[in-house]
Amino acid sequence: MAEPAPAYLLDVRNVSKRFGGLTAVRNVSLQVPAGTVYGLIGPNGAGKTTVFNLLTGVYAPTDGQILFDGTPIHGRRPHQIARYGITRTFQNIRLFSDMTVLENVMTAHHLRTAQNIFDAIVGTGRSHREEREMRERAMHLLSIFGLAGLADEPATSLPYGSQRRLEIARALATRPRLLLLDEPAAGMNPQEAVGLMDTIRWIRDEFSLTVLLVEHNMKVVMGICETIQVIDHGESIATGTPAEIQSNPRVIEAYLGAC
Amino acid sequence: MPVGRKLFFITLAIVALAVLDQLFERGFGDLRINPYYARIVSLAGINITLAVSLTLINGLAGQFSIGHAGFMAVGGYAGTYLTVYHGAAIASFLGGTPLEGPGSVLVMIASLAVAACAAGLAGLVVGIPSLRLRGDYLAIVTLGFGEIIRVIILNIPAVGGATGFTAALPITSFFWIFGVALLTIVVVRNIATSTFGRALGAIRTDEIAAEAMGIQTTRYKVAAFVISSALAGMAGALWGQLFANPLNPQNLNFVKSIEVIIMIVLGGLGSITGAVLGATTLTVLPEALRTFDQQFPGLRMVLYALLLILLMIYRPQGIMGRRELSFAWLRRSTRDDGPAAPAAGAGKDAADG
Repeated sequence: MAEPAPAYLLDVRNVSKRFGGLTAVRNVSLQVPAGTVYGLIGPNGAGKTTVFNLLTGVYAPTDGQILFDGTPIHGRRPHQIARYGITRTFQNIRLFSDMTVLENVMTAHHLRTAQNIFDAIVGTGRSHREEREMRERAMHLLSIFGLAGLADEPATSLPYGSQRRLEIARALATRPRLLLLDEPAAGMNPQEAVGLMDTIRWIRDEFSLTVLLVEHNMKVVMGICETIQVIDHGESIATGTPAEIQSNPRVIEAYLGAC
Repeated sequence: MPVGRKLFFITLAIVALAVLDQLFERGFGDLRINPYYARIVSLAGINITLAVSLTLINGLAGQFSIGHAGFMAVGGYAGTYLTVYHGAAIASFLGGTPLEGPGSVLVMIASLAVAACAAGLAGLVVGIPSLRLRGDYLAIVTLGFGEIIRVIILNIPAVGGATGFTAALPITSFFWIFGVALLTIVVVRNIATSTFGRALGAIRTDEIAAEAMGIQTTRYKVAAFVISSALAGMAGALWGQLFANPLNPQNLNFVKSIEVIIMIVLGGLGSITGAVLGATTLTVLPEALRTFDQQFPGLRMVLYALLLILLMIYRPQGIMGRRELSFAWLRRSTRDDGPAAPAAGAGKDAADG
């Protein structure tokens, strides 16, 4: 904790979030080293998605600090946090429903464009050049996720598993350094979940990412996370390697006790 | 498009507008357009500007404004005021009067510029507080704004108050009406097909996801709203300075705003082609139905309402849906788009799981 800030890419210090009388997150700290896959687990309603919403600026923490690469980001707006290099996917898929697959990814490229609205109105060379680049980069991302052939299909016409992969492709288009995945394996069959694990590992290496994921599928979590942190009733109860977590009595109690 | 081709098209448009202007305003020898028809065409042109500009905010950004007439009034009164009180001085820079000579061109440009700036500024003042929030606040605020503007104008004697701005000079002509309509179509189309158009589309479908992808939602909504308002202001300046059509607060009330909304919904919300079609239809239709008035007085508006109801029953997505008329569309026009898919993210909260 007393280390200089860049020791961790993401450094969450004693963050709490209260909604009126309800404390959704209490005094949670989270240290994610760069380049790792970090898992956040816990029973339903433990506060995992609230942590995500705090990290991405949807909520501002009531107490505590969030440092990203040494820069305080708590209380920033979501679009500012995306600019710092944190993007997410959503537990309930939030694709842009009346756009095509390609347009969804191109929309996320918008963050990294240099043109202003007058370039677009006048139709300057810069806007045409950037439009071409955006299309090429978006097609490249789609081909990584095996979606290039569906580029012009409406995003909502894809099967569920493909929609999840498209959401990851869209998130990568903002060129993040930290990718937050909110239950990426939800609704996937076992084969798709195994494929997802390979994809997450591969994009982590290919895009030099750090990945923080919330997931209920224990096979996925234990399979790809280097470190796992367990949250229950808004409080952090354990942090460790998959093996340590599996044998931790407090974790077992939280899961089995909650049943 | 290379600069050379762009200049070519601009020149072509100006020449075509000048020829049509001559035809509609004065005629070529014996070839003259019936002034009544010419009038309807002029009104259709102004309505096209209004409808296409409203498409930017209501159709593309998905923010529901119902105060377009208010911005039209701000622009109309500002532009007309400039012509009436300073027109002669402005015209004298280039020679002539506000109605004749090279000075008249300068007066029209100045009048349109002032109208656009005044209405754009009003759009900024209304937009900043109301567009920071998600939801229907814009509808409420713009509704109130339209009424406030109307009441303010009623109480300014310099612009005619309740009698209307009868001192206005009839400087509007076919050239300027359709020049502004073309400008509006090009501006809105270029925004729609750019990365900003996609950003507005993202805001329309899911604001939370749009923000998470780094889109500055408030800023883009305000920018779209200001541009939309400025274009409506130019339409107001054209309308107020049309021959024998003085600005009157009674004609720029809530009903006019709703009329523009009907145009874009009828044409297909979000489609520029649809806005043009809707504006044309709703200008021509009430006039075309006048033939019934001689035999059955009053039947005209009944038929008008009936036609609108039938269209909304049998084609609820409007004439065009979200499609645009383009060469690509004509080629694959056999493909059906069906009714618009419901927005997946609408109403969902960033709930805990």
